[in-house]
This record gives sequence, C-alpha cells and structure tokens, in this order.
Amino acid sequence: MSSPTDNAGTDAPLIVADGAAMTFPSGDVRALAPLGFGVGRGDFVSIVGPSGCGKSTLLRLVAGLLRPTEGTLMIGGRPPQDARRDDANALSFVFQQAALLPWRTVAGNVALPLELEGAGRLDRRARVKEMLELVGLAEFARAYPHQLSGGMQMRVSLARALATRPSVLLLDEPFGALDEIARQRLNEELLRLWSHDGFTALFVTHNVYEAAFLSRRVIVMSKRPGRIAADIAVPFDHPRTAALRAEPEFARLCGEIGAALEKGSE
Amino acid sequence: MTGFARRLAALVLPPLAVFLAVLAVWHVVTVRFDVPEYVVPPPGGVLDAAVKSGAKLARAAWLTGAAALCGLAVSVVVGVLVAFAFSQARLVRRAFYPYAIFLQTVPIVAIAPVIVIWVGQEFRSVVLVAHIVSLFPIITNTTQGLTSVDRNLLELFRIHNASRLQVLLRLRFPNAVPNTMTGIKTSSGLAVIGAIVGEFFTGYGESGQGLGFLIQLWGGQLRTAELFAAIFASTLLGLVIFAAASLVEDLIASRWRD
Ligand SMILES: Nc1ncnc2c1ncn2[C@@H]1O[C@H](COP(=O)(O)OP(=O)(O)OP(=O)(O)O)[C@@H](O)[C@H]1O
Ligand SMILES: [Mg+2]
Repeated sequence: MSSPTDNAGTDAPLIVADGAAMTFPSGDVRALAPLGFGVGRGDFVSIVGPSGCGKSTLLRLVAGLLRPTEGTLMIGGRPPQDARRDDANALSFVFQQAALLPWRTVAGNVALPLELEGAGRLDRRARVKEMLELVGLAEFARAYPHQLSGGMQMRVSLARALATRPSVLLLDEPFGALDEIARQRLNEELLRLWSHDGFTALFVTHNVYEAAFLSRRVIVMSKRPGRIAADIAVPFDHPRTAALRAEPEFARLCGEIGAALEKGSE
Repeated sequence: MTGFARRLAALVLPPLAVFLAVLAVWHVVTVRFDVPEYVVPPPGGVLDAAVKSGAKLARAAWLTGAAALCGLAVSVVVGVLVAFAFSQARLVRRAFYPYAIFLQTVPIVAIAPVIVIWVGQEFRSVVLVAHIVSLFPIITNTTQGLTSVDRNLLELFRIHNASRLQVLLRLRFPNAVPNTMTGIKTSSGLAVIGAIVGEFFTGYGESGQGLGFLIQLWGGQLRTAELFAAIFASTLLGLVIFAAASLVEDLIASRWRD
C-alpha cells in the first residue's frame, strides 16, 4: 500500500474548479463567488469559513448535486455527474447527521451503496464485513442505528461511504454534532482510513483544530458570497498521532488559520 | 415479565375503576328510582340480555368485524396506491386532494342508500361503506410518509446513482411504513363504525345479521336491554380492532425509530 503522502499532488489535480460560481435562482442568492482551485489526487483538504459562506454549496457542486451557474468544476476532467455515472466508485458523501436508514441494520446500511451500484451479494457481504472491522463495529453488524451512540452512528456512516472504495470522499461537518472526545477519536480514525484507502478528501468544518490535524492543506473562505481568503499548507508528517495536538508548531498553525478565518469574516 | 405485568396493570386498572364506578351509579339510580326497563335497563338486565343473546351477538360481531376488516384492508390497498400517485406529482396531488377530503366530509348515512341502490344489499356493500369512511387517514398519512424523506438520504441515493425505482422501494416506501400504520390505527375505529352504519341500511339477507342490524331491530322493538348489550358489543369490537392496530404500530415504531 503506497502512502498517500508520497503520491499526493504529483500529477494533474483530480478536482479542478475554474471560475466556478453559484447563484441560487430562488431569491437570487449569490452563494459562491467565482472560485479557482485544484485538489491533487490523494490529498486531504479542509475547507473552513463562516456560517453561510457556501461551504456546503461547494461540496454539493463537487458531488454533482448542483451545477455551477458560472465557470466549471471537473473531477478527473469530467463534470461530476458524468464522473459519477461512468464510475460507480467515483465519490461518496458523509453528512453532518449520520443519515442512516433506521429500518436497516448496521450491516444493511453499509451495504446500501453497494446494492445501489449493483454489486453482487457475495462481494457485498465480504466488503461490509471488512468495512465494519475497519471501523471497529464488527460485533454491531446486526444492531439497529437507534441502538448506537452518536459516535458509533457516524462510524457506520463513514463505513458506508467508504464501502464503494470512492476516489473522492466529501465530508460536510461530519463530526460537528459529537462531543470533543468522540470528535478527536474519529479524527484519528479518519486519518487511519485515509492512509489505508488513499482516497482524496474534501472536508468541511467549523473547527480550526480539526482542520489542522486532518489536512495537508486548509482553504479558508470569506463570508458570503464565498471566496478563497487563504490557502494554508499544513506541513506535518504522516502518520499523525494524537500527540501532534500538543506541539507548539501545531498551535501556531491553528492560530494562523484562525486569524485568516477572522479576517475573512469581516 | 413482572415489569410487563405492572405496566399492564397501570394501563388497565384506572379505566376499570371508572367502569365499575359507573356501573354502581347506574345500578343504584335505575333500581332506586324505578326507571322503566325500556328506558334504561339496570346493568344486571343488560348482562342477562347479553348472556341470553350471547351466541347471536357473537355471530353478529364476527360478521361486522369481518366487514370492517375487509373494508380496512381495501382502504390500505387503495390508500397506498392513491398516496403513491399523490407522491409522484404535485399536480396530481393538487387536482385530487379536494376529492380525498370529500371522503372525510361526506355524511356517510346519506351515501349509504345510494350504495344500496347501486351495489345491492350484500356483504360487499357493507364493506364498501366501511372502506369509504376508513380511506382518508390512510391516504394522508401515507402521502406524508412518502414525501417527507430526509433530504440527505435522497442525496445519498442520488450520489450512488440510484434509479427512481430504487428510491421508491428502498427509501420512500419503507419511510412511509410507520405513517401508514398510524393511518391504519386511526382508520380502524372508523371502519367498525362504517360497517355498523352500512348494516343499518343493508342487511346481509339470508347469510346473517350484523350488529348494525340487531341494533336497529331491537331499537325498533324497544328491547332496550338487548339494545344496550349490542351497543357494548359494538364498542368492544371497535376497541379490539383498535388495540390490535395500536400493538402492530408500536412494534413497527420501535424498529423504525431514529
Ligand atoms: N437551495 C438553495 N436555494 C437558495 N439559497 C440557498 C440554497 N442552498 C443554500 N442557499 C444559500 O446559500 C448560502 C450558502 O449556503 P451553504 O449551506 O452552502 O453555507 P455553509 O457555508 O455550508 O453554511 P453552514 O456553515 O451554516 O453550514 C446561504 O446563504 C444559503 O441560505
Ligand atoms: Mg453547511
């Protein structure tokens, strides 16, 4: 297994926004000013910004749930809708809520995207087992979502998203509703999964520490209509451990991101 | 199990106490003030009548219950289909919703004679009346369940290229199951009332007599004790069907809960 650190950003960027902007026709809301950026294959990029600046809108553009009203946004040189249609494992999305089907067991929930993509039964079963072991929920395979804690539900949600081996993983404040301990633990878990699977991650958060801990790069957005206010590289080596949070250099970087965020919010 | 017994006791004892108190007052008043039997029979008289006509009442309740359940079953099938049509296009919903409300507001006693003229005096006309009065709650609740799907889940299905059929079968219909159950619960009492009203207008001919028929017959003959027994039997029938529907709803809700 190659470390994502080695190959990230070496070739042409996987996700490219070229003057992509979004104005919602309803009420003529300009959510995103024209944006230009690229995200390398296997990179981990966080997006922070004030509430309502268009972060979710940006992720929904990348997911192909919305089309930019100006400019273009491409995944591997194709519009996201095409990328998704041609390649069943193109991308996955993790929402702020776990968004599980309450009538399905944990295993059934993880199997859902595989079913939708038409994977065979045996493949499905093997993959679900593997994913549940990876997120440490093997013994909860037959439990129902309401029997799990918020942190465990989010693990199921992660397992579901990664079950299809996506090249791009989009996460919209996935740990926002969790307490600090659960959040930190899931941050570490997510990094482990990232080194294991080598997907490209786009991670939206309000939390500066979380952004610095997880990413190789943090994009700071200004208030609505969102523009890129700063693009900050996070140079710490992988694999990162919990100890990183205690280092002075880490605190300095968080301060830098925080300052950029404050400036962009004015 | 003792926990269950205690919960059952907590559920049953208070209303039972009220029932006994009402019986006591009823008994004292009718006996003490010499109320004529054909106006208000004493509880003992009603019990006698119930025992004497027990077999007849049981057969009638069975028939009425069957008609109510058939009407309810037809309502489930028709209601889910209509709700499905409503959920597919807003225009369909806008165009037909007022007529669905019509089901709710039409005085069923006015419609029943029309049904007799069209369908005749048969089991299926009673089923039809039960069906008409029990349809509306199933339509509205199921439509609600089919259309109020979490936005994130819809997007999840879209991101994984789900077909319209997959969204329907794996998301919308399962999402609506608890709502449909709530509709069935609400409708269960209505279906029993509908069946009894239906029987007021249409007997079953040779094949038997329902509670509605007995109520009308005994009312006309001033056999008030029997009439009371039939009223209690009707209430009990509605209660049993409602309780069964509630039980199923609870079971489903406990699995579907978020
Ligand atoms: N479908 C829509 N129609 C009209 N306006 C919308 C729509 N979706 C979002 N908006 C508006 O676009 C702006 C950006 O919304 P978005 O949800 O992307 O912000 P956000 O950065 O994710 O905010 P938060 O941090 O609170 O999640 C907001 O002003 C929002 O009201
Ligand atoms: Mg958002």
